[in-house]
Amino acid sequence: MSLFVDGLSWALLLGGSAFCMIGALGLVRMPDFYTRMHAASVTDTLGAGLMLLGLMLQAGLTLVTVKLLVIAALLFFTSPSATHALAQAARARGLEPELAPPGEGAPSKN
Amino acid sequence: MFAAASVALLVTVALALARAIAGPTVFDRAQAANTIGTAAMLILAVYGFLTGRPEFLDLAIVYGLLNVVGTIAVLKFFRYGDLGDPGDAKEDGAPR
Repeated sequence: MSLFVDGLSWALLLGGSAFCMIGALGLVRMPDFYTRMHAASVTDTLGAGLMLLGLMLQAGLTLVTVKLLVIAALLFFTSPSATHALAQAARARGLEPELAPPGEGAPSKN
Repeated sequence: MFAAASVALLVTVALALARAIAGPTVFDRAQAANTIGTAAMLILAVYGFLTGRPEFLDLAIVYGLLNVVGTIAVLKFFRYGDLGDPGDAKEDGAPR
């Protein structure tokens, strides 16, 4: 494997690791449920995507790459639907998002 | 390099676990469980490369499938209080 592809793969893996940790940090630090959901989606999309891309570069054109593509497609379709179901369930159960008090330029409730 | 990525993913799992323990609502816990599931998939994939055994990717695929089914089932339960409920079609706007 050429040095360039190896370095690119390492950079992608490190970037994915960083985005995973950023998403988890947001999950801990954000103030209410809906903002936490936003932070968690960073882990699901950018973190996982970059990491899988880095692993694909390590594997080359083999069956392993096909499996990694299957995993990526699985995440691509299931993670948004899970997030959507989560938000809808929370709204249906009456969980209100935290809004700024009216009159401060923020959109009012509904 | 794979070891560094594994450690980063373990940190991710630890932070999500903190949210799952602290989370004020059940939806926070479901979100944290979903994040832990995604991180576990990635850990399985990276660990396969770390040990030179890419067969672990099959386990990652199975884990991902179980993760999404589990998340949807738990959410449906907490939304309707019943797993067999057809749901409120009018509210979803989806034909059932």
